[in-house]
Amino acid sequence: MSGPRRLPDGGTWIDRARPVSVRFAGRELAALAGDTVASALLASGIRDAFRSPILGRPRGVVAAGVEEPNAYVEVGAPSFEAIVAATAVPVVDGMEVSPRPGMGRLPGGDVPARPAVHTHRHVETLVIGGGPAGRAAAAEAAAAGGRVLLVDERHRIDDPPEGVLCLPSTTASGIYDDGYVVCYERGVELDRVWHVRARRVVLATGAHERTVAFAGNDRPGVMLAGAVRTYLERYGVLCGERAVVLSTNVWGHEAALALASAGASVLLLEPVPVPGEVPDLAAAGVEVRSGWVVVGTEGEPALAAVHLAGPAGERETVPADLLAVSGGWNPTVQLARAIGCGLRYDEAGACFVPDGTGPDWLEVVGAAAGEVPPSAPLFRIEAGDDAEKYVELQRDQTVADVAAAVGRGLRSVEHVKRATYIGTTIDQGRTSGTLTAAIVNALLGWDPGAQGPSNPRPPYTPIPYAALAGLDRGPRLLDPIRTTPMHPAHVARGAVFEDVGQWKRPYAFPHPGEDLEAAVTRECLTVRRAAGVLDASTLGKIEVVGPDAAVFLDRMYVNRMSTLPIGRARYGVMLGLDGMVVDDGVAVRLAEDRFLVTTTTSGAAMVLDRFEEWLQTEWPELRVWCTSVTERWAVAAISGPNAREVVAALEPSVDLDPAAFPHMAVREGEVAGVPARILRVSFTGERSYELHVPARYGLGLWEEVLRAGAELGLEPYGTEAMHVLRAEKGYIIVGQDTDGTVTAEDLGLGWMVRTDGSDFVGRRSLARADLRRPDRRQLVGMLPEDPETLLPEGAQLVEEAGEPPVRMVGWVTSSYRSPVLGRTFALALVEAGRRRIGTSLLAALAAGPVPVRVTEPVFYDPEGSRLR
Amino acid sequence: MLLIHCPWCGPRDEVEFRYGGQAHIAYPGDPGALSDEAWADYLFMRDNPKGPFAERWFHAAGCRRWFNAVRDTATHRLLATYRPDEPRPEVGP
Repeated sequence: MSGPRRLPDGGTWIDRARPVSVRFAGRELAALAGDTVASALLASGIRDAFRSPILGRPRGVVAAGVEEPNAYVEVGAPSFEAIVAATAVPVVDGMEVSPRPGMGRLPGGDVPARPAVHTHRHVETLVIGGGPAGRAAAAEAAAAGGRVLLVDERHRIDDPPEGVLCLPSTTASGIYDDGYVVCYERGVELDRVWHVRARRVVLATGAHERTVAFAGNDRPGVMLAGAVRTYLERYGVLCGERAVVLSTNVWGHEAALALASAGASVLLLEPVPVPGEVPDLAAAGVEVRSGWVVVGTEGEPALAAVHLAGPAGERETVPADLLAVSGGWNPTVQLARAIGCGLRYDEAGACFVPDGTGPDWLEVVGAAAGEVPPSAPLFRIEAGDDAEKYVELQRDQTVADVAAAVGRGLRSVEHVKRATYIGTTIDQGRTSGTLTAAIVNALLGWDPGAQGPSNPRPPYTPIPYAALAGLDRGPRLLDPIRTTPMHPAHVARGAVFEDVGQWKRPYAFPHPGEDLEAAVTRECLTVRRAAGVLDASTLGKIEVVGPDAAVFLDRMYVNRMSTLPIGRARYGVMLGLDGMVVDDGVAVRLAEDRFLVTTTTSGAAMVLDRFEEWLQTEWPELRVWCTSVTERWAVAAISGPNAREVVAALEPSVDLDPAAFPHMAVREGEVAGVPARILRVSFTGERSYELHVPARYGLGLWEEVLRAGAELGLEPYGTEAMHVLRAEKGYIIVGQDTDGTVTAEDLGLGWMVRTDGSDFVGRRSLARADLRRPDRRQLVGMLPEDPETLLPEGAQLVEEAGEPPVRMVGWVTSSYRSPVLGRTFALALVEAGRRRIGTSLLAALAAGPVPVRVTEPVFYDPEGSRLR
Repeated sequence: MLLIHCPWCGPRDEVEFRYGGQAHIAYPGDPGALSDEAWADYLFMRDNPKGPFAERWFHAAGCRRWFNAVRDTATHRLLATYRPDEPRPEVGP
């Protein structure tokens, strides 16, 4: 099917032997291989297929590239695309498209996103734009040697230069620092985002034609003259048989000539004298009228006639099915501007061109650099109703709208843009920007060059999110998942997992038929009454090694680590320079010059970073090396009254007698036949043994612990039981019970801070008056008067109920049900909290105030007798 | 995205690095001897020039080493990078 508007021959980009099946809103188009959706529509004689998003006015194809303001489609098949320019998308067999005004939408259901990958490429020269100037620049660069990449947003690059990687359908989306350019390749089956780093970037992006603001200029059938010529020469499509051409420049005249040569009857209007040497139109049968303008159009819905006005006030209506407009050419400088190139007004072209400033690795050539035909500065036809002279088609904004914005006192195009939304559409105002600036300047009585179009930003054209996501999709690839060596055993046991950073940690191990709350309660009581085992492999572990390791750790912790004997462990707190707690953990001395430092799961990377920063930037003379060993060691933490018996059943090579191996000691040896470090540290308040084994033995050890502990009542427990047990003991979690405004003293850990005068990070800040205020927020315990009331974490605490605003004196940081206490409890940060112990406060909940009693923050075994 | 010349690794993408604020602000030899004002000055007060600015960078996803750079804050161009033990080079904008 050739289509009513397809000429019998011609069309350099189409393959007449290869018809392609394309359905537009259910209707089969006369499409050929090489067509765009827009050229297939025009070939099929469909002129008014679109509606403007705001007013719903009939609209047709205006342009032949990404500057198109009207013709946007949703692609339903072969793969879904929410919104693309019909003028920029090549047809493929089986394609289904439908008009999509203004904004894309996601249909319901599971729509597979187009597959996409990312590719990195380093080149000496990247040329953006495959027109004559771009091809010449690429050929020259290739001849000089080095890798050259040429990209063009159109689906075809004519005469690709030798030795150059040419990528059609590839849009340079943004140019960033140091020659970094992100390009989006819209593939047939696979999209690709190219991350290009180029030593030199050549911008050969050409120029976009602009329209003229005259009454009725939005009617379907009014097109850009250059686009009309493109459809004729590349696609063999004659956009109209009775054409009126309104031109201010030679390229507009060339379009008239091309139309006439293709058999159309052509009337050319020259409202103002056209600079430069114009082709001989009369010889081609084109009627030329100087001084004539368009003052209106008619035809429902598409153009049928054009109303003209002559220089002596003559009026005439001529039948026409095409009104081709060339109001001059705007160099395509959006990409250059966004990376810092300035613009200057060019009188000859009546347009804004690069002024030569900008990065030294960027060069602008060809039409983009201002090599456009001279044009008379005609932006608006005076005659006619300003409310019918469209400036921006996609926002339905007219000269009258721009005048209204200026009338309200707006002078900058940036303000006019925000008042009218001109340039905020999917086409980024490519056809409207310079026109708007010219009209604002004229309304203010300013020179045409007083201000140019508003500032552009990347992306140059929209990129689908699916392309940006690339392969980083779905639960596995969006973000890495970290699992411990014991993970398969947890899965097999039916553990419910929670995300802790990138780690998957068992939240609880519910028995069949048991809900989560019941599981947590059972796990807590199991640890308190018999023994439990926790997979603590995610614990951050850093080995700090070297002759100066002890000196270094003394400077990083508030307490002394250099006095720690070999084989002993010490709980430590680390401050920021501002004196606030940033992390806590246990330091273990394995040898004179070797420490193992444990950190919170989430703080592991941060602590290593801090260590390295201080060592490298402040104390390079210290001979200390830090190594993250978090993933080298799997950890099973056995806790409870029967913990020692469980470890004994694993046949350790070390003496477990508490006199020989007391709380806060460490031994190296073998457990269950594998090398192990055994740490006697506790996060539950019960007698505890942390078994650290090389990661490859982790799963086997875990299974051995469960087997050996079964008859001693041992069961695995998860992170929620761990949280409850530690809170019952008043053990803090940095980041939950602290927020970066909390000192060790505020936490009741002031006793740890050494006072021997030696320096450590954050020490000087502790002397600040503000950190010694008696009314600072302090960590306290909290018991709701009603033992069944579970306070929400974050609940605000007040002294008395009343009409808001009521002054807040603190908030709940941790809140749980305690199985061993048989009631709820909480930890909270409260102003002058320690002075308030024994008094009452109110938790301000949405349902009303809840009375709570302020207590010591240790609820269970305050003497610590169970640790031994 | 800047192309940053790590003194040890050579030119690498900015995503591998982390910014570390103004360079050449040494930890005081005896913080305890400082007044509150002098301590606050060390802790919080930083220059904010338009033009060349010496600052610290960390090759976090590379060699994990700190280094210094002079960056023109007006053009966002890196004028030089150098090791922490080297003096600030003389570079103009």
